[in-house]
Amino acid sequence: MKILVLHAHPRLSASVVQRAMLRAIEGLDDVTRVDLYAEYPGMDIDVPREQRRLLDHDVIVLQHPLYWYSSPAIIKEWQDLVLENGWAYGPGGTKLAGRFLMSAISTGGPEQAYHHAGRNRFEITELLSPFNQTAWLCSMAWLAPFVIHAGRRMSNTELSSAAESYRDLIVGLRDGTIDPLTRLAPGFTLPPAFVEGISR
Amino acid sequence: MNPQDLLLGAFIYLAAAVIAAPVATRLGLGSVLGYLVAGMVIGPSLLGLVGQEGAHVMHFAEFGVVVMLFLVGLELQPSKLWELRRPIIGLGGLQVLVTALALGGGALAIGFGWKAALATGLILAMSSTAIVLQSLNERGILKTTAGQSCFSVLLFQDIAVIPILALLPLLAAAQAHDTHDTSLIGDLPGWAQTIAVLAAVGVVVLAGRFLTRPLFRLVAETGMREVFVGLALVMVVGIALLMQLVGLSAALGTFLAGVVLAESEYRHELEMDLEPFKGLLLAVFFIAVGAGIDFSLLFGQPLFILGLVAGFIAVKLVVLFVLARLFGMSTPDASRFSFALAQGSEFAFVLISFAAGLALLDPAQAGLLVAVVALSMAAAPLLMIFDARVLQPRFASAGETRENDHIDESGTRVIIAGHGRYGMTVGRILQASGIRAVVLDHDGEQIDALRKFGYKVYYGDASRPDLLEAAGAAEAQVLVIAIDDREKALEIVETARRHFPNLRILARAFDRVHAYRLFNAGVEDVHREVFASSVDMGEQLLVRLGFHPFEARRAASRFKSHDEKLIRRAAKHVDDTQRLIDLARQGSEEIERVLATDMGDTPQSPDHGWEAPDAKPRES
Repeated sequence: MKILVLHAHPRLSASVVQRAMLRAIEGLDDVTRVDLYAEYPGMDIDVPREQRRLLDHDVIVLQHPLYWYSSPAIIKEWQDLVLENGWAYGPGGTKLAGRFLMSAISTGGPEQAYHHAGRNRFEITELLSPFNQTAWLCSMAWLAPFVIHAGRRMSNTELSSAAESYRDLIVGLRDGTIDPLTRLAPGFTLPPAFVEGISR
Repeated sequence: MNPQDLLLGAFIYLAAAVIAAPVATRLGLGSVLGYLVAGMVIGPSLLGLVGQEGAHVMHFAEFGVVVMLFLVGLELQPSKLWELRRPIIGLGGLQVLVTALALGGGALAIGFGWKAALATGLILAMSSTAIVLQSLNERGILKTTAGQSCFSVLLFQDIAVIPILALLPLLAAAQAHDTHDTSLIGDLPGWAQTIAVLAAVGVVVLAGRFLTRPLFRLVAETGMREVFVGLALVMVVGIALLMQLVGLSAALGTFLAGVVLAESEYRHELEMDLEPFKGLLLAVFFIAVGAGIDFSLLFGQPLFILGLVAGFIAVKLVVLFVLARLFGMSTPDASRFSFALAQGSEFAFVLISFAAGLALLDPAQAGLLVAVVALSMAAAPLLMIFDARVLQPRFASAGETRENDHIDESGTRVIIAGHGRYGMTVGRILQASGIRAVVLDHDGEQIDALRKFGYKVYYGDASRPDLLEAAGAAEAQVLVIAIDDREKALEIVETARRHFPNLRILARAFDRVHAYRLFNAGVEDVHREVFASSVDMGEQLLVRLGFHPFEARRAASRFKSHDEKLIRRAAKHVDDTQRLIDLARQGSEEIERVLATDMGDTPQSPDHGWEAPDAKPRES
């Protein structure tokens, strides 16, 4: 399968974890990395071009730091503009049906903070429910998010092994050694039109 | 008339105009009524300062009407004229027909013969282009629904004068054959006359189309304004003469020439050069009308004449109102429309003397008609005031849903002064966004080149208030100053701020110093011409050096807004060099600090910020 990694970090030069993740998937065949802030520093997203990109891939990965329990602004802008009515959803909007959507995020806080009893009061999949529903509306399958917690406090070895597991996941999805249907997010059921989606 | 008398006469007329206009305007009555009253005061019936030459003066001042129609034509692109064809022919035609029949019937009733009555009806069906357009324009409602309808009707009437002039001799055919025909071609057979008329019109159209532009360009290049004005006058007078030669209305001929030149880039320049002549001549014309009112006739049978005037106005009001409603106007619009047009026309004086010459009207009838028309013209401004102050507020309070006035779409929203490399880009963005701008430039060659590419560019010097006015500054929202002459740009700012304080100004500055001066002249939106481009390049340079594009973009934006603030601060100290140097140093330090923070040199990355609260061991 072909993987599209849409990446967003507004201050990449100051980032540690995200850069490690990007490096880990550098140079892989059939894995396209797109730095949205680099391609559209003025946020003026080229909609047809990004739509063509989506059509060329099977798994769409949104890779970004978790800011304020969501994505950096340009991911939202991308959703708003690229996932058009009649194209991605709504009447005749079947272009993404049968594809997979996955979030690959890094958080500042540790895993324990993202629980009902923790400081952030919600679990990661709860916080990401807008993406869950986005996938469902577009008849896509929403995969369990890949998360690196508190990566800044990791040692170099720890961070490398975290980044490597990211790489393994991406490569496994690409090669079919990991069946994405076994990696659906907890509680996510396939939308009705998913099976009639793209033939792979 | 010896030179002494000429000067004295000119002095009296002009002085009367100069005194009457401001007084009348101050009283809210409009200049036309002021002129008419001034004429009555200085006329033979009261002070007697002017006497028998009044008729000659009026004849001369009719040229003001001719110039006015030329200017009206300039405002009207042929496409616009075509758009208005329905109101012109339908509303205008019905108005003339119905009014002529009704008033002709009235004339029959007071004992005119049927031919005289028909002639009277036709003559009185006209309304005064001069009064109506002047008044509507002064009150700024020329481009509203009612205003445009008035205009259509007046236009039809002006055209209708020609067939009426042709019809009157036919009516009089059985009677005396007067030597009315002063035209050169009067002795030719009918078909030759027709050819001569068509040829004359053809000359006007073709010359207007092909000859005037190179001619104006030639004259414009001399840079001598008086020559340009002279050429404009020569053209208008020439057309008037040519039209009279073939027996057509001079007003219609110049109107035609105006329409032909409406697309020309010299339109605004022509407009403002002829404007003062038109204004003065019309003033003299109105004064002459006022002076020509024969008070002895009025005092002889005051009730009869006043009754006639009242009946005349009433018939016009009713006909106009009913037609306006039939043509779908709302009640307030119909009221405004009918009150504006309920008077006799300056053409009536011409037609009356013509008909009298044909013995179609006897001298007593002619005198009576002149008095009725003149009095109705004097009453016209009062009627419009009555409508505006008494009736319109009632319509509004009666809760009738009044439609928004239809503001002409050709109304200018943006004026761009200077259409070089800078102004052109600004203009193209507007054009791409569907906003029409009036573009002024003063480089004849540049204009010719641009027009070949389909740009609408007008020749003119935007530092003159009259030209800005002609370009629509009174109604425009924004003035863009993009000319390549820094002193001139400052002049335009000054002119625009003095005469059109509501106009927002966006100005292009050449450099920092020029920007200071523009700020200090009161412009808020100053754009240094190469600033944005150099910032763009700086941004790209950062990217080429390996900066992340989004961070480079943010650095450039931060730099830009910081520098915009700095230059505004510095503008206040433009004469204090030391202070400027201090400010510049201070500014550089500030921006370095700002960018360093933004680039993440200080430990404030979001990751860290997000990490901090949870990083403490007690959490985990």
